[in-house]
Amino acid sequence: MDTFLQQLINGLTLGSVYALLAIGFSLIFGVLNLVTFAHGEVLMVGAFTGYFVWRLIPGNIPLAIAAGAAGAFLIALVIERVSFRPFHGAPHMTTLLSTLGVSIILLNSGVLLMGAETRSLPDPPRLGQVMLGPARVSVLQLLIIGVSLAMVLALTLFIARTRWGRAMRAVSQDLDTARLMGIPTTRITVLAFGIGSALAGVAGVLIGLYYNAFSPMMGVDAGLKAFAATVLGGLGSIPGAVLGGLLLGMAEDMTSAYFNAQYRDVVGFSIIILMLIFRPRGLMGKRL
Amino acid sequence: MRQLPIWARWGVFAVAVVLFGLLFRDQSYLMRVGILALLYAVLTVSLNLVNGVTGLFSLGHAAFYGIGAYASALLALRLGWPFPLALISAAAVAALFGLLLSLPSVRLRGIYLAIVTLAFAEIVRLMLINLQDLTRGPFGLPGIPSPDLFGVKLTSDFSVFLLALVLLLVAVYIVESIVHSRVGDALLAIRDDEQAAAACGIPIFRYKVLAFVTAAFIVGMAGSLYAHYTRFISPDSFTLNESFIVLSMLVLGGLGSTAGAVLGAGILTALPEFFRFAAEYRMLIYGIVLVLVVLFRPQGILGSTAFTKPALRLPTLRRAVRGGLRGAAKP
Repeated sequence: MDTFLQQLINGLTLGSVYALLAIGFSLIFGVLNLVTFAHGEVLMVGAFTGYFVWRLIPGNIPLAIAAGAAGAFLIALVIERVSFRPFHGAPHMTTLLSTLGVSIILLNSGVLLMGAETRSLPDPPRLGQVMLGPARVSVLQLLIIGVSLAMVLALTLFIARTRWGRAMRAVSQDLDTARLMGIPTTRITVLAFGIGSALAGVAGVLIGLYYNAFSPMMGVDAGLKAFAATVLGGLGSIPGAVLGGLLLGMAEDMTSAYFNAQYRDVVGFSIIILMLIFRPRGLMGKRL
Repeated sequence: MRQLPIWARWGVFAVAVVLFGLLFRDQSYLMRVGILALLYAVLTVSLNLVNGVTGLFSLGHAAFYGIGAYASALLALRLGWPFPLALISAAAVAALFGLLLSLPSVRLRGIYLAIVTLAFAEIVRLMLINLQDLTRGPFGLPGIPSPDLFGVKLTSDFSVFLLALVLLLVAVYIVESIVHSRVGDALLAIRDDEQAAAACGIPIFRYKVLAFVTAAFIVGMAGSLYAHYTRFISPDSFTLNESFIVLSMLVLGGLGSTAGAVLGAGILTALPEFFRFAAEYRMLIYGIVLVLVVLFRPQGILGSTAFTKPALRLPTLRRAVRGGLRGAAKP
């Protein structure tokens, strides 16, 4: 039973990172009503920003996380400018194509600049382990879960309580009316895109630290997982994204623990297909 | 200038390609690039039927390509089937998978369909890696026999080049005869305004599945020829990158245009060959082309403006419903 608890915590760790990715994805979809293909590559950029900051100033986890968020935020400003703003009102296919192009460019620039091989930190954080009942849990795992949940909470409060958050909700309901009411809609969409991406950057740093592996390829599957988690929870719903992320993380971890590690990714992709076919609005989403 | 009829235009194209082949038949490098360009053209023409003409956003081409290649290779290796039979069977297998994928999923709109097809492509690739008893997993399948026609082995590059050209012409024929038929008008109507098309009694679901399955069939044939040409396939040959490459080719050539699809495939196969000092630049070029084309010329080189102006074109719809005017000019 203690191994089960162990796996539960492993799954929870992975799941909380997915949740972080998924709420960013969901926020972007909710406000811009558009889906981005570049979310995984934004995560990769954030992870590498954190990686290089760590190499400069080792041992400072909050700094690395902040750097990851900042790096992802900055790249998001560029992506929004190049592949979303020019296509306001254009068919959906256009932004799908443009963000797909941007993600291919980011991925391959990453490979060209840094090589395709996986990098590790020579001095990964050593935080030790604690016993949680019968299970041995690393402090890093608890930190990842804690940071993710704190981010989710902060975002929820931001959207529910602040003026900017209210403006975002207004834009997500009706962009034209929001603009007529004097809301600076462009600034709001940029902000939403930036915040959603910054969360992906944080997720990138966390997952990089967790496995101590940073690679230009790390965003490819992560982007798909973000979508899987979002679809599972319900597109555009923040609580749904959290739930979807946690469930996906658990399902993947249980698959590799009790069935076959090689089928881990198959689970995620099968969930996408099954959910979209049988319950496209997800577990907690609004009716499409 | 009066335009030549469509069969004559493709005839001229075929003659030009054959002349190119005859000129360079001894230069194996050029032949290799030519064969790849023709195979990519087949993929792009079939993707155009789904993404360009019907307006569905599929990223599953890599999967059907891989399924066709593996099916054909396995039939030839394990059962010793001759190439033409393996080719047709592989295409049928790919079409079957196309049917299985499209039946539940073509109801989904834009991005959802894109993600389902993308997930499907990833699952197929992971299965090719994991089902080691059948596919030898990451080691791939070596020693696939060269193509043969009625007992004659076609080992020279030039003969494969001609085969690829024939395959392309078959693909063009299939796609163009659909596009220039009443069904084609219905597909265009679905692309332009699905609800209006449904209201006019066009069986949307059936036509979308038809487009999907036909494309998968064509891609399966291309996969088969690819397998017998390179004689070695592994899951690495059928990653999502292949889907993205074909999509870039289609977007460059122009969504909705068969000639554009062939042109885009030709340009984007040849272009990276000029940058051979670093093969890694290849995907980067495709990404940049995709972004630049979408930013500055969304209709591509030869495409229609359907993707820049989201407007309902009533004439197409009316034609689809009444079923007159065969082969009328495309909007």
